[in-house]
Amino acid sequence: MMKQQANGEIRIGFYICHCGHNIAAMVDCPDVAKYVEKLPGVALSRDYKYMCSDPGQELIQKDIREFKLNRVVVASCSPLLHEHTFRGATEAGGLNPFFFHMVNIREHDSWVHTDRKEATEKAKALARAAIERVAYHQALEVKRVPIHPDVLVVGGGIAGIHAAMTLANAGKKVFLVEREPSIGGHMAKFDKTFPTLDCAACILTPKMSAVGAHANITLWSYSEVTKVDGYVGNFTVTVKRKPRYVNEDLCTGCQECIANCVYKEPKFADEFNEGLGKRKPIYISFPQATPQVVLIDPEVCLNFKRGTLTDKCKKTCVEACGEKKAIDFKQMEEIKEIKVGTIIVATGFQTFDAKRIPQYGYGIYPNVYTSLEVERLVNASGPTGGEVMLRDGRHPKAIGIIHCVGSRDKKTNRWCSRVCCMYSLKLAHLLKEHTEAEIFNFYIDMRTPGKSYEEFYDKLLEEGVHFIRGRVGEVTDWAMTPEEEGKLVLRVEDTLAGFVRRIPVDMVVLATGLEPQADAQAVRRMFNMSCGSEGFFLERHPKLAPVNTFTDGIYLAGACQGPRDIPDTVAQAGAAAAEAMVLIDKGYMEQEPNTAYVLQEECSGCKSCIPLCPYTAITFDEVKEKASINEALCKGCGTCVASCPSGSIAQRLFEDDEVFSEIKGVLAYE
Amino acid sequence: MNKEWKPRIVAFFCNWCTYTAADLAGVSRLKYAANIRVIRLMCSGRVDPQFILDALSKGADGVLIGGCHPGDCHYVEGNYKLLRRFQMLKRMLKDLGIEEQRVRLEWISAAEGEKVKRVVNEMVGQVQKLGPLGIPQKFEEWDKEMEHFATQVAEKDAACACACAERDKPALATA
Repeated sequence: MMKQQANGEIRIGFYICHCGHNIAAMVDCPDVAKYVEKLPGVALSRDYKYMCSDPGQELIQKDIREFKLNRVVVASCSPLLHEHTFRGATEAGGLNPFFFHMVNIREHDSWVHTDRKEATEKAKALARAAIERVAYHQALEVKRVPIHPDVLVVGGGIAGIHAAMTLANAGKKVFLVEREPSIGGHMAKFDKTFPTLDCAACILTPKMSAVGAHANITLWSYSEVTKVDGYVGNFTVTVKRKPRYVNEDLCTGCQECIANCVYKEPKFADEFNEGLGKRKPIYISFPQATPQVVLIDPEVCLNFKRGTLTDKCKKTCVEACGEKKAIDFKQMEEIKEIKVGTIIVATGFQTFDAKRIPQYGYGIYPNVYTSLEVERLVNASGPTGGEVMLRDGRHPKAIGIIHCVGSRDKKTNRWCSRVCCMYSLKLAHLLKEHTEAEIFNFYIDMRTPGKSYEEFYDKLLEEGVHFIRGRVGEVTDWAMTPEEEGKLVLRVEDTLAGFVRRIPVDMVVLATGLEPQADAQAVRRMFNMSCGSEGFFLERHPKLAPVNTFTDGIYLAGACQGPRDIPDTVAQAGAAAAEAMVLIDKGYMEQEPNTAYVLQEECSGCKSCIPLCPYTAITFDEVKEKASINEALCKGCGTCVASCPSGSIAQRLFEDDEVFSEIKGVLAYE
Repeated sequence: MNKEWKPRIVAFFCNWCTYTAADLAGVSRLKYAANIRVIRLMCSGRVDPQFILDALSKGADGVLIGGCHPGDCHYVEGNYKLLRRFQMLKRMLKDLGIEEQRVRLEWISAAEGEKVKRVVNEMVGQVQKLGPLGIPQKFEEWDKEMEHFATQVAEKDAACACACAERDKPALATA
């Protein structure tokens, strides 16, 4: 009560928003307004159709001046959506923006309840809490944090590449960190891209070498982010650079070492070719790899034994390298620490593990392939040089493509992976072109929403590719007729024809869906982000903030946020880069003034609070023998406030008085 | 207790996980019991045990606290700090004779709108079965009881004073 008096007479303006029918259908808005009108301190109470509209905001401003309001309460949607809007209106009306409080009666009330009477009562209780609370509000100043101009981009797929290039071209310094030896991501593995049938390498590799050559980009491939400290504008990031056993600065990419390796023939499964090809212990992922630097796999190199240096090989590679002296078997893991102001997370996706659906026979029948393997098979720089050959060397005469493997399936992943229909069409076209085989597509629904996508589908229909609507039950080598002998038989209910069919083919392609990366949870924790229920990173708002995360200064690009194709990924990467630039060019970011402070005269100097602060914002003043909070470091969680045994720490915007009055308010209404 | 009695539950939700999850429940149009009143805090670490006791003493029949899952706290470890306090508080509530189900702590991430619905409905059901806590009414009863005792003591004191006086009188007389 003391504070209330110090604030002078309280004159609250209350507004309840109908939000069209969103709120008004379940909450009796005029009734709530009438109830609030009689509460102490309320000078004015109105209901209005759309408070967030311009006239709604102007209404607040006009009322502040006309009725000398000094507090504003709006009951409408979630404060996470429009608190900012109404604080702005309050400020435009001539008040400190923090004399405003918002009541959530849409997401927390009208949308989740079914009884109009109960929902109205709840709205009254919540409104009352805000009325009680807002009387205690203080005028506050927003905090400004400076933004470090450098940006970290995590992930060097097409999303990371595009974001990094956009920022670098705008003159920003970018650190691009990629886990694999080369940037390029999944797109580098593709042969052609739908629907234009552009060669993926032709459109990607110029971008990759531009990244490698750009003065503003520091490219760290074969590296991983291990730790992220700090906050928006001021992140300290630790990056682990894994040893390639080849000095990046000295290697010219001549690949003489590979030719002269003691292994005369490539022997080890090649990750880039999905294990279909072979590589040597010293290798380069693919011809256009960026950076053009070879690396040594210590697990298989003869100079190592299971990763430990033994120095027992003839080291013909070192001889071949000669004067360049790029090979360094003693290279160690390097830890780098960088300072950046903003971070773009573009860590991509993984494809569904087809072994999880055993009835499709992946890993059982050698001629069942995943789509990514087929991408490599049809690729001119792939393991077969673009010749579509089965594992036994035969050329397929009939090929079945099963859609929705690990997508739209309650047993595995429920979501649609968005790209599989289109890439299956593309693969159907390419396989037909390469082999002239009969191609059967087994689909649930054809999903081709995108510019020129439907036209591409039409084109495939004209090319004579077969489409059978139905989810394949199983892939089997059990022949029922002589024609099925030696073939893989797809058993499927043709839901258009209305009977079960058996289609014998030579090759099965599983159109595997897109999944969150296996380590998405660990990455999410590191960057303090959230994941949706399916495991993709969660955006701040699905429509209005699709590249922002709940952590300021951290943005999302590409398929780490959800399955998407290349055009959408590039668009999103550009948006993420633009969001980062907004902060960098502004130079500062305004932050909620919800920091904690010590009431000096009450602090007993017990030091309980000091170890609680995760940001080391609390220090002990040895002279005064009292705790003191550095508000520049305080993030405003309020843990110290709740823990102080003498109640001598307070938090702005969440003062004890404010919370207690809110509790009183929600319980006051019967 | 009339049949229409509905429990009143005060909830403290952290801004980043559980409050957002409740928003998600709204956006997804999930339906749950209307007895819950949510108070938004920045972090579950801000939940002072006094908030819980205050809510109960002001007429809440239950208190629900929602925070980020362990390891996911937006402020690194505020939820752990709350957990410590919560363990102590639970012991205290037990000693006070307040049923365990009335005060509940749940970790609900921003993606778990469904869990908000489940937890709220579950808790409302449990508290409904327990019946009203009615601490404000108990305060009144206790006040009345105390008044009653006070008057009784006062009467006794007065009576005693008289009795003593009477007892003392004849003694004086015999002397």
